[in-house]
Amino acid sequence: MTVAQGSEVQDLNLVDLVKSFGDFVAVDDLTLTIPAGSFFALLGPSGCGKTTTLRMVAGLEEPTSGRIMLGTQDITDEKPYKRQVNTVFQSYALFPHLDIFENVAFGLRRRGVKNVDAQVNDMLELVELGPMARRKPAQLSGGQQQRVAVARALINHPGVLLLDEPLGALDLKLRRQMQIELKRIQDEVGTTFVHVTHDQEEAMTMADTVAVMNKGRIEQMGPPVDIYDLPRTAFVANFLGQSNLAQGSVSGTSGDNLVVSSSGASFTLPSERSVRQDGDLLIGVRPEKLAIDAADADTVPDRHNRLSGKVTDASFTGVSTQYLVMTTWGDEWIIFEQNRSADLHQLGDEVVIHWAPEHTFGLEIPAGG
Amino acid sequence: MGWLRRNLIGIVAVLVLIYLFIPIAVVAILSFNDPAGKFNVAWNQFSLEAWQNLCGVPGVCSSFATSIQIGILATIVGTVLGTMIAFALVRYRFRGRSTTNLLIFLPMATPEVVLGSSLLALFLNLAFPLGFWTVVIAHIMFIISFVVVTVKARLQGMDPRLEEAARDLYAGPTATFRYVTFPLVLPGILGAALLGFSLSFDDYIISAFNAGTLVTFPIYIWGAAQRGIPVQVNALATLVFAITLVLVLSIQFVNYRRRRKLEKAGA
Amino acid sequence: MPSLAPTLSSPSAGAPPAASGVRRRTRTAYLLLIPGLLWLGIFFVIPLVSLFFTSLQAPTDKAGVYQPALQVSNYLVALQEYWPQFIRSFVYAGIATVLALVIAYPLAYFIAFRAGKWKALMLVLVVAPFFASFLLRTYAWRTILSDEGAITTFFNALHLLPQGRILNTPIAVVLGLTYNFLPFMILPLFAALDKIDPRLIEASKDLYAKPSTAFRKVIWPLSLPGVVAGTLLTFIPAAGDYINATLLGAPGDRMVGNAIQTNFLQFRDYPTASALSFILMAIILTLVFVYIRRAGTEDLV
Repeated sequence: MTVAQGSEVQDLNLVDLVKSFGDFVAVDDLTLTIPAGSFFALLGPSGCGKTTTLRMVAGLEEPTSGRIMLGTQDITDEKPYKRQVNTVFQSYALFPHLDIFENVAFGLRRRGVKNVDAQVNDMLELVELGPMARRKPAQLSGGQQQRVAVARALINHPGVLLLDEPLGALDLKLRRQMQIELKRIQDEVGTTFVHVTHDQEEAMTMADTVAVMNKGRIEQMGPPVDIYDLPRTAFVANFLGQSNLAQGSVSGTSGDNLVVSSSGASFTLPSERSVRQDGDLLIGVRPEKLAIDAADADTVPDRHNRLSGKVTDASFTGVSTQYLVMTTWGDEWIIFEQNRSADLHQLGDEVVIHWAPEHTFGLEIPAGG
Repeated sequence: MGWLRRNLIGIVAVLVLIYLFIPIAVVAILSFNDPAGKFNVAWNQFSLEAWQNLCGVPGVCSSFATSIQIGILATIVGTVLGTMIAFALVRYRFRGRSTTNLLIFLPMATPEVVLGSSLLALFLNLAFPLGFWTVVIAHIMFIISFVVVTVKARLQGMDPRLEEAARDLYAGPTATFRYVTFPLVLPGILGAALLGFSLSFDDYIISAFNAGTLVTFPIYIWGAAQRGIPVQVNALATLVFAITLVLVLSIQFVNYRRRRKLEKAGA
Repeated sequence: MPSLAPTLSSPSAGAPPAASGVRRRTRTAYLLLIPGLLWLGIFFVIPLVSLFFTSLQAPTDKAGVYQPALQVSNYLVALQEYWPQFIRSFVYAGIATVLALVIAYPLAYFIAFRAGKWKALMLVLVVAPFFASFLLRTYAWRTILSDEGAITTFFNALHLLPQGRILNTPIAVVLGLTYNFLPFMILPLFAALDKIDPRLIEASKDLYAKPSTAFRKVIWPLSLPGVVAGTLLTFIPAAGDYINATLLGAPGDRMVGNAIQTNFLQFRDYPTASALSFILMAIILTLVFVYIRRAGTEDLV
């Protein structure tokens, strides 16, 4: 076998990657660089093509066109069992007839490595499963099985480790724990992790780069903080966290700001935070960036964008209160307000919502909506 | 009353199981009988004669051995051929899938008399000599369908990700089959083989048509029924039943114990 | 055999393999298929064709020797002479199938939902009769149902037996058929019931006040694939059986299997025997396909 031991970590490049099943295009002309050693998350709803992309990188699915490069090496046509890429499968796919030790040793044995004991034991140490070596997978808890799946893949020192919804089968508490655990393991081994998930919170907590996928295309890519702060499409604005959106059109500029009129009101936002500089667009703002005050309050700073409405729902969640406010033109906006004072707004109260222009973002109006 | 209502279904279930075992119990009890006449149908007197002298009646043990030989041969060939078809059906795309399914289904939907008589019609038309080999051929034919159905179900129940995981972990097609697919399907294949053997060993109708002058164990029993079945036959049948049951039950028991122990250790 | 039920309901759920190397993979498929299918072709299909031609043969001057012909009248003669056997076969097999279903359902239900850790053991016990000779077990019923036996005496005391006995009457034949093919009913029923999520039953008990309604609306429909498979696996061998009729019935209770057997092996009237086989097969296949259509599992083949 020609697979190198402890192969050097290299960039993963996807070039013009397309996968179609009959008329259905699962992955639509995807070009992407995943830097060596990064923790990369492919985030999207089910059916967006993220798992198909992963399977193409693993070699389990053949691209309709395009190339997959690992460093300078083109691995597009390489068989899965020859690629320096290993996968942590959804629901783990541990071999039920082999014990934990043999599951982890599987890859080494297939590559003809003679003495596997030391390596396997080290790996089991890393995932803290040493005492479980002779158990069968069915006798392990979900979290333990998950760690076996990681160990079984990592022991081969892959250039890239692919994780297909690895935490999907775990309960919330365990998931949190494993998120931290996976980060720790990645720090320790330094391998590139490509993590596919539909859980935006998971993607944001774990990854240093997140790519949001929708309908076979990448909508936006970048560090989680950046994407969250400045979503570039309506899909991203709502898939990664929540957003309040309103349709409007650019009516002018003021300095570095755009002025947008929407249903008789006028809003400003920094032009570099808008995808469009003229015509119709969507303006948006995150719920926690909004402030809510009584309609007659005089505390609203002049520079703030503002709109008025009536409280239709208020749910107290402890740290914060989540309001739903019906705006005068009939949209429902969502507001998270920190509970700094005890006086809450009541159902039916007339209120004013306001926020700083620099928290606003401008988006293209999506086709058909 | 409440107890009865709650446990009614359990009581019925146990009664049905008892019903299934009554005739077997009768066979076993009569193996310790010293019948009054030549027909061993009513209890007369306790005797160990048949057990001490299992092959004491001419033809009993030789027909028994013949049936075992036929069973083993037919099971091996039938299991191999059936397993191959099951793999093709589950793992490959090919033209003629529905014809194949029909060809597998039809022998199971055909009464044994028709299977037996049609094969006999073929052998007669070809003037093929009846005997050991015609019976083996016939048994392989009906075992195949049962094996295909059993192994196919097992294969379909297997998570396809397991094989993908193997390929991902540097196992080529051969290694994937050898280290993952085959061990996982093996219990299904063994189950199918056991079923095939018991079908072959116990088959009377199809064998009767195609055996010519060959005497298998069921054919011997059938022939003996007219003039009185020797007690040895009861003893042999009881022995086979007891051995298989003990074997199967101890496998179950060992599995159960092992699972219990590991569960305890894990807790 | 427990797996026949899933096969009946989901026949070709094979995962479509990747498009790569389709031609090579197709060749592998045929290599895997050919030996087994060839065997079935030569020793199942050709014999049926051969049976068909035999059924049209005409007698020669020599007894037991026949010549190729197109004597369709063989079928009319066979039907004329043996129609009572046909009717008996289907009536006996029909009653036995219904009885088996009624007996098997509670047991299958219990194993699937209530047996807990005894599940595997109970399944072994259901299959266990297969390991004891079919002929001997049938023969044992002669002892159990004998005229002096407890069962016959009991029913006679109640004056419930029209002929004053059970052995050598149609009752014994039907009882034998029911008994012998019972495991073929239990296993598919179990397989279908075992796939039902027990929470569905709780939910249905929650939704419908009466357990009987819950059974009728939820469990029974979900177990239908098992019912179809089980009734077929019981009815088909029962309709063609002649062992029970011979060992437990009187000469007047003979079934069509007996007719085929005696014509083939004793009278050496091959054309009549073949015609009988063919008619039996045709009726059964027609019934099977009509039944499967009606039961809604038409994706059988």
